Amino acid sequence: MSIKTLFFASLREQVGQSQTQGYWQTGLTPIQLWQQVTQTEFPEHILVARNQAYCDADTVLSDGDEVAFFPPVTGG
Amino acid sequence: MISIEVTETAFDPWQAIQQFQQQPTFNAKQSGANAVFVGTMRDFNEGELVQAMRLEHYPAMTSKHLQQLVDKASETWVLDHVLLKHRVGELVPSEPIVLVAVWSAHRRASFEACRQIMEDLKHQAPFWKQETLNDGSTRWVEKNTAG
Repeated sequence: MSIKTLFFASLREQVGQSQTQGYWQTGLTPIQLWQQVTQTEFPEHILVARNQAYCDADTVLSDGDEVAFFPPVTGG
Repeated sequence: MISIEVTETAFDPWQAIQQFQQQPTFNAKQSGANAVFVGTMRDFNEGELVQAMRLEHYPAMTSKHLQQLVDKASETWVLDHVLLKHRVGELVPSEPIVLVAVWSAHRRASFEACRQIMEDLKHQAPFWKQETLNDGSTRWVEKNTAG
């Protein structure tokens, strides 16, 4: 299934890319997606959004999802 | 009337309120209360002097999320109007970052909705600050202040 992956702020710098599109096995979760894209362990305290809404890191993803990884927010 | 805007351009919050109130759909007669919060950029953080800041966001999620938190406040209190403006891009100290203005019949709804919108935004909306310190080095702000 096709998944678009986005990285923001310090995570973008850490990973070295802002976005990537890839084909992955069904049943994939954001934790597994992180591990496969970055080849690193899933960091503690980061946030995950699926299709622009917060989700748990162990949510099962669907074909066409947009998944974003980012650090704690600091707006306002 | 609800207006939500994320802008890369510096704005004057008082001018933004005036323009909002001049729109034909703004009914000034029904609102007995107007609470306003303006957040501006400080020149210090975590014991260091800060000379500039870059605010990054996740545009597709920001617009959805800001709408949701205004909707949530509108479900909790009876609100007449909400104006929410947030800056992104390059900022220098004293420039406004965020404006939340709420109009309602009575003060309680305006005060409490303004506070909730601001707190929800601080804790949930996908914005990130990167500071440039006086020595030219940069750092990401890791967490917001307690309030």
